[in-house]
Amino acid sequence: MIAVIGLVIGILAGLFLQLTVPTALQPYLPIAVVAALDAVFGAMRAHLDGIFDDRVFVISFFSNVLIAALIVYLGDQLGVGGQLSTGVVVVLGIRIFSNVAAIRRHVFRA
Amino acid sequence: MTPPPGRSGGVRRQLVIGALLALLGFAGATQIRSTHRTDSFEHQPRDNLVQLLDSLSAAADRVQVQITQLQHTRDDLSGTAKRRQTALAVARKRLEELRLLAGTVPAQGPGVTITITDSRGGVTAASILDGIEELRDAGAEAIEINNHVRVVASTSFTAPTGVLMVDGMQVRPPYVIDAIGSSHTLSEAVAFPGGLRDQVSALGGTVSVKEADEVHIDSLHRVQPPEYAQPTGG
Repeated sequence: MIAVIGLVIGILAGLFLQLTVPTALQPYLPIAVVAALDAVFGAMRAHLDGIFDDRVFVISFFSNVLIAALIVYLGDQLGVGGQLSTGVVVVLGIRIFSNVAAIRRHVFRA
Repeated sequence: MTPPPGRSGGVRRQLVIGALLALLGFAGATQIRSTHRTDSFEHQPRDNLVQLLDSLSAAADRVQVQITQLQHTRDDLSGTAKRRQTALAVARKRLEELRLLAGTVPAQGPGVTITITDSRGGVTAASILDGIEELRDAGAEAIEINNHVRVVASTSFTAPTGVLMVDGMQVRPPYVIDAIGSSHTLSEAVAFPGGLRDQVSALGGTVSVKEADEVHIDSLHRVQPPEYAQPTGG
């Protein structure tokens, strides 16, 4: 419950504060958001499987974000930032799909 | 996401998870907002962007040309204003000079006061006019007779009934002529051989000349607007 409230508060804060993303952060923030989404869906699946551990969630959340940012940074330095960003998004997207599929099986038994 | 029962600090863990999700929501919302804000250019095809850039630089060029033109206009106008001011100052000065010549303003300055006595009534209008002409030749800038008639270019000297009439006004002896100019030159003009003094002496009068640093001429000439003469351009 607290988790949902936190999410809503975060979204509202983001919408109403209207911060501009600093230029240095601009390539990383979208990837970081997708990576964090992956961690959240993984946590939901683990919760439904009955194996949720908040320590694992916290660590996976930060490691996902950091690694995604690192890959993009590396790609930028190598001159393939755009392609590598796409690759990261594709991989994370596939993971999100599989997690959501598992969640669906739990919720709808299908 | 309730923590498994039996674990301590469940609320604290939930708070940590809530904080992480808040962070995610915040970052996501901010990113979405900024994406929408920069959408207009970021996802345009290259050709469009090039066209946009071209039209922008063309517009900048046009505006630059306008700026140059307007600066020229401004410089012209300020130059014109300066010329107008100079012309106005020159015209004012000329007006003052012409007013003095036309006798429509009082005048003062160094000059002479000439007193002509005529006990026998022999002094004629012609000799007075001669004297005035001599004063003019000597550079008199303003002349007045008997403190009430200003002598200007159109002033007439007549004596139809034996009484001197200057511009139609009676002037009786002794004649007092005030003239503004170089006082030494003016007194010389009266005294030279065959000049006013000699003429008046021959006619039985006397002439006395007094040089002064400050001669006041207060009488004015009334200018009649010209009836026939029209100025021609030039």
